Amino acid sequence: MKGVFAHKFWVIAWPYIWMLVFFALPFGFILKISLAESMIAMPPYSDIWSWSDGHFTWLGSLDNYRFLLEDDLYYLAYFNSLRLAAVSTVLCLFVAYPMAYGISRMEEPYRSLFLLLVILPSWTSFLIRIYAWIGLLKTNGLVNHLFMSVGLIDEPLTMLHSDFAIYLGIVYGYLPFMILPIYANLMKLDYSLIEAGYDLGARPWKVFLTIILPLSMSGVVAGCFLVFIPAVGEFIIPELLGGPDTLMIGKVLWQEFFVNRDWPVASAIAVVMLTFLIIPIYFYRRLEMKQLGVGE
Amino acid sequence: MKISRYLLLAGLVFLYFPLLVLVIYSFNESRLVTIWTEFSVKWYLELLEDRQLMDAFFLSLQIACSTAFMSVLLGTIAAYVLVKFGRFPGQTLFSSMIIAPLVMPEVITGLSLLLLFVGLGNWLGWPASRGAMTIWIAHVTFSVAFVTIVITSRLREMDSSLEEAAMDLGATPLKVFFVITLPLISPALISGWLLAFTLSLDDLVIASFVSGPGSSTLPMVIYSSVRLGVSPKINALATIFVGLILVGSFVFWWSMQRWARYSAAKTPGQQ
Repeated sequence: MKGVFAHKFWVIAWPYIWMLVFFALPFGFILKISLAESMIAMPPYSDIWSWSDGHFTWLGSLDNYRFLLEDDLYYLAYFNSLRLAAVSTVLCLFVAYPMAYGISRMEEPYRSLFLLLVILPSWTSFLIRIYAWIGLLKTNGLVNHLFMSVGLIDEPLTMLHSDFAIYLGIVYGYLPFMILPIYANLMKLDYSLIEAGYDLGARPWKVFLTIILPLSMSGVVAGCFLVFIPAVGEFIIPELLGGPDTLMIGKVLWQEFFVNRDWPVASAIAVVMLTFLIIPIYFYRRLEMKQLGVGE
Repeated sequence: MKISRYLLLAGLVFLYFPLLVLVIYSFNESRLVTIWTEFSVKWYLELLEDRQLMDAFFLSLQIACSTAFMSVLLGTIAAYVLVKFGRFPGQTLFSSMIIAPLVMPEVITGLSLLLLFVGLGNWLGWPASRGAMTIWIAHVTFSVAFVTIVITSRLREMDSSLEEAAMDLGATPLKVFFVITLPLISPALISGWLLAFTLSLDDLVIASFVSGPGSSTLPMVIYSSVRLGVSPKINALATIFVGLILVGSFVFWWSMQRWARYSAAKTPGQQ
């Protein structure tokens, strides 16, 4: 039995050590640097402890966190990110659910063809897909041209650099992540339950609300996590489609790091973002393990 | 519910309309992206002459290929461990580290990995500099999650009686894995490889954090051009991207259909 265990140990060790070093350990570094002070050096931060003559001195401080609390900008950016991500997640769900349902009710080979059509755009570049909307949404862009030539509007609408553009970008970019888990759940659904509902005289809406929706709930929840969590820290969408007023925390972190070169403040922003997201990430993990049928 | 069909079609129009516009305007002679003047392929020719873009493209291709191989290797082991090994000490931490990168915001992953590389570089002298190597490590780290999910679900669906039979007949676990398990999950290995490849090719945020001077990937070059505004050259590049993906995927789908029909014909009674 000991031999078998030793075997297993060497198999597990490969991915375990990789993820421990390159995924878990970096969080320790981010926490450490968030307690340091920014300075003009390479690397641009101070030590948080010193060790000389067998004497240990603690140099770290919570100044970066205090700084985040004092400036309205950060508070607003966190709040905006959570709001924009939450609203987009709900919008995404409303677009994705009927699509997933439509595909799940198809016959093969059309089902796999339509599933492929839904996933395909996400295999092209995310950056390019978001970029595509700039040309459409600009003041002198295609959508305004189209609407004005039809006579729907007289003045061009301001759509780019607004909350609207961010909602649109998140829904567009993350749609497949919402469709796939819902589709996977709907495929497992026992169709005879729906037929039984109809046989007993339920109306289509009642069947949907009392049978289909509850049975596909875990897919809905998984999809919402898959969209909401990364959307909170999204950078490309607020950078390309958002305006100066639509602050999102991912963009603020990016600017602290690349523009202000303040690594410690950027780290503190990341730590605070992570504390917001740790609970959704925890629940998402539990759900995903259950969906995969991997017992714990 | 018929209405879901129409909503599905509307959703697909929503997904493809921006890409279609991008493709059409890549053949526009004018620099202005909204006004059509006349048909031209000049942006494609300019694309080929852009050294910086071509260099970045080949670098990205290299990183994406090596990321895909490493991710499939680690992802296969991780999936096998999750499905077949049952409980082991530290399993919760293991599954957390495998699943969390799926949803972790890219700015956090990118920044934390950069700080790791800088810290280790100061402390151990490795990595001495940042570039293709550090980008590769970062890409493998987040791709493994996606590959593991794909392979895990295939392993779960798989009929394990073949493995048990081989085991009963005296094959060693290693032999069973290579002769029985691996061929059976090979479609998942291929889709995992392709997924990791596209994820790596697509990544802007993480690569921007962990790359060094002189190692700009394709998305980084595209981004520096895109933030200055709309450019028809990027449209041309996007068209090539979309075209390759569309053609490749349909060939893949079509051959899968053929293969499914072929194996259904070969083994009557099943499926």
